[in-house]
Amino acid sequence: MAEYLIIIFGSIFINNFIVSRFLGICPFLGVSKQVETATGMGLAVTFVMGLASGLTYWVQKLLILLNLEFLQTITFILVIAVLVQFVEMVMKKSSPVLYRALGIYLPLITTNCAVLGVTLININEGYTFLQSVLSGIGGALGFTLLIILFAGIRERMSLAPIPRSMQGFPIALITAGLISIAFLGFTGFNLNALFNF
Amino acid sequence: MNKWQIFKNGVFNENPIFRLVLGMCATLAVSSAVVNGLGMGLATTVVLVGSNMIISLMRNVIPKEIRIPAYVVIIATFTTIVDKVMAASTPDLHKVLGIFIPLIVVNCIILARAEAFASKNTVIDSAIDGLGMGIGFTLALTVLGTVRELLGTGTLLVAKDFGFSGITFFPKENGVLLMILQPGAFITLGLVLAGINWWVRKKEEKNNG
Repeated sequence: MAEYLIIIFGSIFINNFIVSRFLGICPFLGVSKQVETATGMGLAVTFVMGLASGLTYWVQKLLILLNLEFLQTITFILVIAVLVQFVEMVMKKSSPVLYRALGIYLPLITTNCAVLGVTLININEGYTFLQSVLSGIGGALGFTLLIILFAGIRERMSLAPIPRSMQGFPIALITAGLISIAFLGFTGFNLNALFNF
Repeated sequence: MNKWQIFKNGVFNENPIFRLVLGMCATLAVSSAVVNGLGMGLATTVVLVGSNMIISLMRNVIPKEIRIPAYVVIIATFTTIVDKVMAASTPDLHKVLGIFIPLIVVNCIILARAEAFASKNTVIDSAIDGLGMGIGFTLALTVLGTVRELLGTGTLLVAKDFGFSGITFFPKENGVLLMILQPGAFITLGLVLAGINWWVRKKEEKNNG
């Protein structure tokens, strides 16, 4: 149990996808102007990252079986693209409410490097199936936490007097830098001691 | 547009990092040192030129409805080639860049150029566009890498693969550690972007009298 908690908390706080691994920066900067849309994006990413992590675990097993590991990048990106398309179709049929909420963000997720990134990290770390899924969901929760926090700050910032050259991306990046300094505080946090009472 | 203008467009007017603000993940992650930035920039340039050329060659063959998956497969092929070549020739750099080499596939710049340029232009123009964009990307990464490496470690151009130990400007203890850690990436890029915005606005105001 403890090892699973360590993976989840580790990927939310210590190895946070945005401020520590630099994955998923494009949606982080692009879809973070309002808290509501940021939440939608976060949920969609969580859903896809969990699924993609589980699926690519078996795909990698298949590639090893066929001795085709060099095709990893091509296969994974195709699996993710198909998965996103499939999720979009299923969601449209089964839950139109969720589809309306997440619909516009789904196509964007294919080129979100957090999704491909987490699948590659899982393989490099040698995670088991359950560990992979948890690492995907944990990473995505960390992403969601950050994007919602950031959207909250940006909503307030849109009212602040900012020098003209700093408006838009520059001030957003510097804000992200300050959040990143705060998250550096989690480095070296001993999760082992926390969960192995 | 003539060939030189296409090239210049990618390097300056539409610099992928400083003007279009695309491909942020790789930019922030690998700009901690000049050599990492150069390596990543060149790897991306190879993929850009290769995929732009192939996509341009096949632009009349690929059906419109499935063009995006087709582009992604072409880009992924070139990324795999670059990944394997780097693993064999520059193992240290390959290790430092880590998962960001396979992640070239999802670098928005490449898909953006495929969609916006290569799918509409001739092979040679597309190759020049890819080269211009790639060099613009490399240039921006090098600028960021120079600032961060110099302020963070006091040394420039440390390249293990080529047995070069770098030029030391001041001792490492006096460096600002924050610059080579993650926050340094965000803050440096933010300040550089603000500086460029300011400079572009000044120039426009001057042109408009």
